[in-house]
Amino acid sequence: MGRKILTGLVTVPGIRSFPVYRGEGGYMSVEKALCEMTPIDIIKEVTKSGLRGRGGAGFPTGLKWSFLDRKPDKPHYLVCNADESEPGTFKDRFLMENMPHLLIEGLIISSFALGANTCYIYVRGEFKYIIGLLNKAIREAYENKFLGENILGTGYSLDIFVHPGAGAYICGEETALLESLKGKRGNPRIKPPFPAYKGLYDCPTVVNNVETIATVGPIIIMGGEEYASIGKGKSTGTKLISACGNINNPGVYEIELGLPVEDFIYSQEYCGGIRDGKRLKAVVAGGSSVPVLPADLILSTPQGQKRLITFESMQEGGFDSGTMLGSGGFIVYNEDQCMVRNTWNFTRFYRHESCGQCSPCREGTGWMEKVLYRIEHGKGKVSDIDLLVSVANKIEGNTICPLGDAAAWPVASAIRHFRHEFEYHIEHPEICNRMDHGKLIEQPAASIKYR
Amino acid sequence: MINHHLYKKEGVNVAFSSKILEKVRLIIKRYPDGKQKSALLPILHIAQEESGGYLNVEIMDYVASLLEIQPIEVYEVATFYTMFNLEKTGTYLIEVCRTGPCAISGGEHILDYLEKKLNIKTGETTSDGLFTLKTTECLGACGNAPVMQVNTEYYEFLSNEKIDLILDTLKKMANGNKPEGSRWVEKF
Ligand SMILES: Cc1cc2nc3c(=O)[nH]c(=O)nc-3n(C[C@H](O)[C@H](O)[C@H](O)COP(=O)(O)O)c2cc1C
Ligand code: SF4
Ligand code: FES
Repeated sequence: MGRKILTGLVTVPGIRSFPVYRGEGGYMSVEKALCEMTPIDIIKEVTKSGLRGRGGAGFPTGLKWSFLDRKPDKPHYLVCNADESEPGTFKDRFLMENMPHLLIEGLIISSFALGANTCYIYVRGEFKYIIGLLNKAIREAYENKFLGENILGTGYSLDIFVHPGAGAYICGEETALLESLKGKRGNPRIKPPFPAYKGLYDCPTVVNNVETIATVGPIIIMGGEEYASIGKGKSTGTKLISACGNINNPGVYEIELGLPVEDFIYSQEYCGGIRDGKRLKAVVAGGSSVPVLPADLILSTPQGQKRLITFESMQEGGFDSGTMLGSGGFIVYNEDQCMVRNTWNFTRFYRHESCGQCSPCREGTGWMEKVLYRIEHGKGKVSDIDLLVSVANKIEGNTICPLGDAAAWPVASAIRHFRHEFEYHIEHPEICNRMDHGKLIEQPAASIKYR
Repeated sequence: MINHHLYKKEGVNVAFSSKILEKVRLIIKRYPDGKQKSALLPILHIAQEESGGYLNVEIMDYVASLLEIQPIEVYEVATFYTMFNLEKTGTYLIEVCRTGPCAISGGEHILDYLEKKLNIKTGETTSDGLFTLKTTECLGACGNAPVMQVNTEYYEFLSNEKIDLILDTLKKMANGNKPEGSRWVEKF
């Protein structure tokens, strides 16, 4: 059993309510941080912990905070990214639904450290129920004087507001999110300037993921060093992994970073293996944006070592045979799934969600979707496969925001690892009539190692 | 003739009740002075609910006047975000998640089943005006796949039997009031 730093208390009845949470030691981190530490102490502690952003990019949180333009002439803002729309990712919802006060605690400490007196939580609009829960928890925190004026008599004041999105994946990208928060369309902008200099209302702003912020409280209590002792190498601490797809136990699990992927997928404590006694075909390990890997490569690195759930181990092998930890959204595919259909599905998603500012992303996602639709529906040509690779290559790196890359990688990696499935569709258009034709694709013995 | 919904006024008079206006005032106060435009998304959610599930030109113009911004600033936002409907929908807007994780966990069959059961194609509304069927992208609930949304409520772990039950219940509720505490105004 790994340590449960974020989710240890979820089974306590009523933990969502302030009195129960407080009774379990809740808000002690706020007392410690605000009464015994300076903002600089807090940033040092978070830096020591090695905490890396849980929103997808894995950027060191302490370092990000140290970039904030601290000139006192403008207000500073902390914005919590609860947009959670990356397919396969549903961990922030789990935290907000079960441990809303843990998030608020983290927001208070982080805002204090950043010198922010206003904090917004940007929640995707579909989570209306979560918005209600958060607002209730925030109300309780105000009633108990952990929010508002002069918190704990320190002279520090903080307001937290929940802001709903309205159904746009792109608003998870931090610059788009800030535009959206201003009441505009969610169009990302080129960085620099980074939000730490020019963010919300052109003021210095830090944008952090829900899980990142929720981890700050526990770090203050246990100390950065202790937190850094958990995990492996530069991937310190614990991480929430949301697991879905063809597994026995879909759900959200807190793991110590460094857990082997194989243990995660097969042990009863976590995913519990592949459903219905089927075999594992592929995994998308970090939300839909990261490269898909076939069974053998997700379970072990090209060097034959066990692949671990860490930022580094996931990347081992680079684009040829590695992937990324991303947001920690594990999508698991069994042997019956069609990789062409899935790639078409993801590409349709990115076409739908492209904000349309950059031609490579706007046009490229549309072209890839059309070609993939054609192949998947039995009308593909042999040249289509290289065409897809070429379009994907031309999107990658040529756009304002990383959504372009996120759209290109699933296509490029599916063709890299499952090219024979694309060819099979083109050579056997007759199988394509059935929605569930994945199981009809004959697999050349050497190409896939099922587990 | 330009034929675009943003030009079609319905000739209705719109105004929020004083209770909702008070709420709007509180929402605007969350943002710094002069940044009242930030309140646009939350207020559009309320406006959509108040005007029966979609935004018509009149209500968008009204929201613009409340926030002291140009109507075009509301239109460009309303057309960008998928949660805002610009056309009338059925009493119940059913949106089935079609993205990867749901699709490989039976979501495609759920959509098929709903089309058969309601006897409409995706994108259409039943003749009694009760149900509109649409697809949506990942709802952030992939572990509970297949998932759909009816208006703003989630329904998860769907199966054919569960769909039967949900549709029956919705039909029965059609004339009743919305359950307490499920409205946007109350969530904010
Ligand atoms: C297309 C796109 C979508 C994103 N969606 C999210 C999201 O839903 N939630 C999130 O926390 N970060 C998301 N990010 C990452 C954010 O831009 C940002 O890096 C993150 O919120 C920073 O927080 P962290 O340092 O705590 O990880 C997204 C990025 C891109 C390019
Ligand atoms: S890459 Fe796509 S989503 Fe990102 S800014 Fe360009 S068009 Fe918009
Ligand atoms: S894919 Fe349907 S909820 Fe995520």
